[in-house]
Amino acid sequence: MLGYSIRRLLAAIPTLLLLIAASFVLIQVAPGGPFTSERPLPPQVLANIEARYGLDQPMWKQFWDYLYNIVFHFDFGPSFKFKDRDVNDIIAQGFPISLTYGFLSFLAATSVGVTLGVAAAIRHNTWIDYFAVSLGIAAQALPNFIMGPILILVFTLYLGWLPGGGWNGGAWPYLIMPVIALSTSYMGSIARITRSSMLEVLNSNYIRTARAKGIPERQIIWKHAMKPTLLPVVSYLGPVFVYVLTGSVFVDIYFSTGGLGQAYVGSALSRDYSVLLGVTILYGGLTVLVNLITDLAYAWFDPKIRY
Amino acid sequence: MKHIRNSALATLVATTMLASPVLAAGTHPTTGEPLADDQTFTYRVLDEHSSVDPQVVEDVTGAEVVRDLFEGLMNQDEEGNLVPGVATGFTTNDDKTVYTFTLRDNAKWSNGDPVVAGDFVYAWQRAVDPELSSPYAWYMEITSIENAAKIIAGDAPITDLGVKAIDDRTLEIRLSAPLPYFATMTTHSTLFPAPRSVIEAHGADWTKPENIVSNGAYVLTEHLPNERSVRERNPMYWDNENTIIDKVVALVINDENVALTRYMAGELDRTEVPAGQFPRLKEEHPEEAISFPRLCNYYYTFNLSNDGPEQFKDVRVRKALAMAVDRKIIVENVLAGGQPEAYSFTPAAVANFEPPASEMASMTQAERDAKAKELLAEAGYGPDNPLKFSMIYNTSESHKKIAVAMSQMWKQKLGVEAELGNMEWKVFLETRGNQDFELARGAWCGDYNEASTFLDLLTTPSGYNDGKFSSAEIDSLMTQARTASETSDLYTRVEAIIAQEQPVIPIYHYAGVYMLDSDVGNWPVNNVEQNWYSKNLYKIAE
Repeated sequence: MLGYSIRRLLAAIPTLLLLIAASFVLIQVAPGGPFTSERPLPPQVLANIEARYGLDQPMWKQFWDYLYNIVFHFDFGPSFKFKDRDVNDIIAQGFPISLTYGFLSFLAATSVGVTLGVAAAIRHNTWIDYFAVSLGIAAQALPNFIMGPILILVFTLYLGWLPGGGWNGGAWPYLIMPVIALSTSYMGSIARITRSSMLEVLNSNYIRTARAKGIPERQIIWKHAMKPTLLPVVSYLGPVFVYVLTGSVFVDIYFSTGGLGQAYVGSALSRDYSVLLGVTILYGGLTVLVNLITDLAYAWFDPKIRY
Repeated sequence: MKHIRNSALATLVATTMLASPVLAAGTHPTTGEPLADDQTFTYRVLDEHSSVDPQVVEDVTGAEVVRDLFEGLMNQDEEGNLVPGVATGFTTNDDKTVYTFTLRDNAKWSNGDPVVAGDFVYAWQRAVDPELSSPYAWYMEITSIENAAKIIAGDAPITDLGVKAIDDRTLEIRLSAPLPYFATMTTHSTLFPAPRSVIEAHGADWTKPENIVSNGAYVLTEHLPNERSVRERNPMYWDNENTIIDKVVALVINDENVALTRYMAGELDRTEVPAGQFPRLKEEHPEEAISFPRLCNYYYTFNLSNDGPEQFKDVRVRKALAMAVDRKIIVENVLAGGQPEAYSFTPAAVANFEPPASEMASMTQAERDAKAKELLAEAGYGPDNPLKFSMIYNTSESHKKIAVAMSQMWKQKLGVEAELGNMEWKVFLETRGNQDFELARGAWCGDYNEASTFLDLLTTPSGYNDGKFSSAEIDSLMTQARTASETSDLYTRVEAIIAQEQPVIPIYHYAGVYMLDSDVGNWPVNNVEQNWYSKNLYKIAE
């Protein structure tokens, strides 16, 4: 399995290179540049700025310099928009924030979602089932860009319990609303997947056999049904994990957390090439890594899979 | 370190209290209003600032922070008048080409070093230095300081810039052309001083809170990008004893409705009012909802370049379209924030500017509509041959509403078929800049309180003239205005030509539409440039 992991990680290098190359070209092809503005800069000023950032060089040279600096100096370059900061700075500041609320949301979505799903399946067609299913559907149907403002309206303005936004070093009152807003819809999906998977497993032959042998229900569920139930859940969790870390721009926008999602989208709009590329590489690398972890987790859940 | 600083601050506050008993009593020294114990001003900003380096900053949000952290030669008061800053005053020669500023002897950097004339020389040379490549280097060009343009182009060393420290207290500036309003330009951040030793020691990192040294009423103490920046009282500031606000917090909140909710929850002292919500807020919170004129215009420009559509080359078509826009509906029903209707390109709020008595402004909307029909028919367009064109704007809810309203007005009144197209901001700028459009949205905010900052846009050589309108008469009037001592008449004449030629359709002029907590004292609503200084504000006890 170690060999397999190393092989997978090595295979990630050409994938990432391709990603960098494609992003590099696509960004530059997009109309407008980092210094296109409502007040077009006088040609000489623009030329000075482009020279400073190396944008006057041919594209292959820019690409080469970019890769060289990453590989040998781990330097992702300066931000074109935020003149006092470089990409390493921006990622170092924003990523831990995204990671914190993303990870907590992931935990919340998974634990609540799986619990709801299992409860619904075990008490199939009872009020618990109906309750869990309705809750899951409602959670899934409520888009987070509606959820965000509603949470702020209720908890900040009406009840006055929680601050309406900000980060404050990740103090818990600042985390509650972002985590609820980000985890809710995933929680709904996880609950539904878990429920249907569990129902299927509980109806399978080997569970019937186990029941016939008189094994206590609790043991059947935890020891025999749980692992196969979680297989489809795990394959869903991989992308979700990347998504809670990357797709969190709405959390940054509504809750002003200062996370990386906002920096990412902002950099695309302002054509801040270096920030956009840097964050793309980070997210790309993260996706490769999480996919690997998901595959390894399969092996644990399903011994039929061998590497 | 922090402890030492705090105790130094305490000593200072104590001495201040002895020196000015009025403040000690907790009332404002001039108005006598009771002051709040917590003198923290918290406001919302839409986006993260680009920089707090005075020579580099290019956005309004950043400039607001920089204006608190640094102080230039001159400041503005609540009305926008020029008042002394680091300089106590200035003299100028008869033809306004040499300015000599006298610096006060008690101005200090936050590390205790004196602010000297050399700090300005260093900063201004920095602003034109191709190596720093400031995006605001163009501002140095329009100040007309000798050799600025040459240095930016790399044709002269930075030491050739026409600014000299005669001694530590005397700064001499030589201009390549007479500029009567040069002193007002020194209130802009590009011309603020910079601390050489700090910049040389820390490089690009010098603006980080742990490194920065500044000479304004505040110092930067915290910065969490995309979340907040905090500035606190600078005990070294020469006028610190008259500063009342202790701490200023700028919170980045992208969504204006969330910002309004947080304002309502008491987390903010100031926020912008989302379009259309002003009337309701004004009714519910008459003390807090405020609207006042700003130095910005909103218009649509015709593409008059050779690539532009043939139909717009006919002035009757341009006039008809301009007349048929019911600006009253747009400002009252779409924006509803107290914005003035626009019949001139330059906002009437601009100092020393008198809009011409234009035909359009004096007519009723019904008369305008009738006239528009007449003009369009004369130009050969009618039900059988409807006028068709496309109009573009950058993606935004309120731009869309205005564009839809305009196209509907044209359709109903004139049978014109305007096709709407929205574009993402950078794509829009590129398209408009390449004259790849027929009719395009435009907006401009004045860089200084003078009509030329708007009217220059419609001169032939202007890099911002995306419609490529060209009038020899306007060009010559604007050239005259540059050196004339009395400019008001010239600008009125330029506007009269614009009204006649109609290269643009002015729609409205901006208003600052805010929710401002009634316990914030002295907000400069009369400063049309909205150059506000936290040191002039105060919080009233509730």
